[in-house]
Amino acid sequence: MTGETTGGRLVPARLGPSDVLRTGMAGLRTRPARVILSALGIAIGIATMIAVLGVSASSREELLRRLDRLGTNLLTVSPGRTLFGEQAKLPEEALRMVRRIGPVRTASATGVVDTTIRRTNHIPEAVTGGIAVQAATSGLLATLEGRVTAGTWLNAATETRPAVVLGARAAERLGVTRTGVRVWMGERWFTVVGILGPMPLAPEIERSALVGFPAAADYLGFDGHPTTIYERSAEESVEAVRAVLPRTVNPENPEEVTVSRPSDALAARAAAASAFTGLLLGLGAVALLVGGVGVANTMVISVLERRREIGLRRSLGATRGQVRLQFLTESLLLSALGGLAGTVLGGLATIAYALARGWPPVVPPWAFAGAAGAALVIGTIAGLYPAMRAARLPPTAALSAT
Amino acid sequence: MNRPPNELTRTGGPYVVELREVTRTYGGVRALRGVDLLVERGELVAVAGPSGSGKSTMLHLIGTLDRPTTGTVRIAGHDVPGLSDRELSALRARHLGFVFQQFHLAPGVAALDNVADGLLYTGVPPRARREKAAAALERVGLGHRLGHRPHQLSGGEQQRVAVARAVAGDPPLLLADEPTGNLDSAAGTEVLAVLRDLHASGTTILVITHDAEIAAWCPRQVRVRDGRIAGDDGPGTGRRPPGPVPATTKGAAR
Ligand SMILES: Nc1ncnc2c1ncn2[C@@H]1O[C@H](COP(=O)(O)OP(=O)(O)OP(=O)(O)O)[C@@H](O)[C@H]1O
Ligand SMILES: [Mg+2]
Repeated sequence: MTGETTGGRLVPARLGPSDVLRTGMAGLRTRPARVILSALGIAIGIATMIAVLGVSASSREELLRRLDRLGTNLLTVSPGRTLFGEQAKLPEEALRMVRRIGPVRTASATGVVDTTIRRTNHIPEAVTGGIAVQAATSGLLATLEGRVTAGTWLNAATETRPAVVLGARAAERLGVTRTGVRVWMGERWFTVVGILGPMPLAPEIERSALVGFPAAADYLGFDGHPTTIYERSAEESVEAVRAVLPRTVNPENPEEVTVSRPSDALAARAAAASAFTGLLLGLGAVALLVGGVGVANTMVISVLERRREIGLRRSLGATRGQVRLQFLTESLLLSALGGLAGTVLGGLATIAYALARGWPPVVPPWAFAGAAGAALVIGTIAGLYPAMRAARLPPTAALSAT
Repeated sequence: MNRPPNELTRTGGPYVVELREVTRTYGGVRALRGVDLLVERGELVAVAGPSGSGKSTMLHLIGTLDRPTTGTVRIAGHDVPGLSDRELSALRARHLGFVFQQFHLAPGVAALDNVADGLLYTGVPPRARREKAAAALERVGLGHRLGHRPHQLSGGEQQRVAVARAVAGDPPLLLADEPTGNLDSAAGTEVLAVLRDLHASGTTILVITHDAEIAAWCPRQVRVRDGRIAGDDGPGTGRRPPGPVPATTKGAAR
């Protein structure tokens, strides 16, 4: 420092980033309780949003993983409607035709039987419990990659006998928990030989009672027409198979055949964000807004209380811009603190919830970026007005305040 | 007594402070009604006068914390009314040091950091700031109190920390508004001794004081009354060394 009284240019010194940070921290260090309280609002808002996004991402991840396990190479073929609007039928030989398609690895069929299943013959016929009776080919379990939780699946012997395998939901509704019990189907008793596990790709099987094709024809008057054909091919040829299926199944009326891919429904569910998620996000946004107002309020009070400090800094050579920057930094630090705490809390909440439900905990990376961005924007907006006020204080007024 | 104006119109004149026909009104209140004051480099000047006479207002104008309503204010050769707020800030950072009646130390912050933070706006890098701060505290006799926080210091020590903060950057001009106003006479004596040493090393000092004894101790006295200069020993007279520090407690000074 020279004491020269020359008329040289007067240029204020620039503060380095660490000095700016230092000034921004000056006000926070001495008032820790207030810092925590004013950062809390932002922390709650950010935590809510991170948790909501994390939980929905975790559930989506769980769906996708399930989809991965189930495979997306299953197609179902079912009859559509005729030109005259009547329910069409699949030809009896449809299953054989499907099996002839090159890339098809496995195909099976079910056919709806027009009868009911009841626990005993004393229960009126109208009480079906929503259970469909269906004929099933013996390869169905393999095609659907399902399993029995009790007993066995239909085999060459049992498919000709009055034996029935219950889907998981059907068994539950009938109150059947073990094999060997008898149920009333059509006009006679059938023996339950197996109970199936869950079938995520074929929920209609879960609600069915399945008997062999020969048995259905012999005992229940089944006409032999399949109503659904399940087919799996190599993953890469699914589209090709899909294209030829209608013509193969019903060469005369291919338009009467409907082909669908059950995994599409699961994938759509994974892609869709629930309305509930939107609502919770909105709540988080409100909490965030309230938090921002809290920070702004704290900053206004801080400026009022620190008029003397502001005057002192001005007397030491701080420019208006440097005072403004100091309070803006302070506000940003406050909201960054809240954002950080909220991110940690939200992350922990996601992990706890996901683990409790057996999901893989996932928080999308953009949610973290969003949290940082939100904290930054809120800190800036909340700090702007108080910072301007601080900068506009005349140095003398600031110093004479007691 | 005053020198002819033509000698003073150029920058780089011998005057650190140059007020010419300065007025300052607050709404209807005429705090200053035409003040002329010249201070040369190296003077120790006491500004005395009754309460409300405009002493603080004058000091704020000299300190470039405020602008005159009319008239010329030149500090270290710079024409204040012609400078932007940024330029004034730079001027304060480089050329001016302030000591206030209230010490304005940051609570809970060590003396060393309080002083070092006073250099924040001077462009001195952090490490050098702390070195200069330690040297300044040494200079005011607080070399052994670097880590003490304000509440651990006596009033006189706190004010000396404030003086150290004001002079750490070696500003050519030190302005003090009743620096001993909040201190008992022993503590006041400590502060005056520091001012005496700074004066001896060439710093220009203006002290506002209510205390007739302190005013009389300064080699040059300026009396303010009703917003005007009522008496002035004249530019240059303040360069003489002051007498012994007025003290009730001998030896309180370093
Ligand atoms: N910001 C202001 N607004 C209005 N009036 C002011 C302001 N500052 C000072 N004054 C008035 O200007 C006059 C001079 O005030 P100043 O503070 O300069 O007096 P002083 O000599 O320092 O008094 P004291 O010895 O009591 O500190 C007073 O009448 C005061 O009321
Ligand atoms: Mg005063």
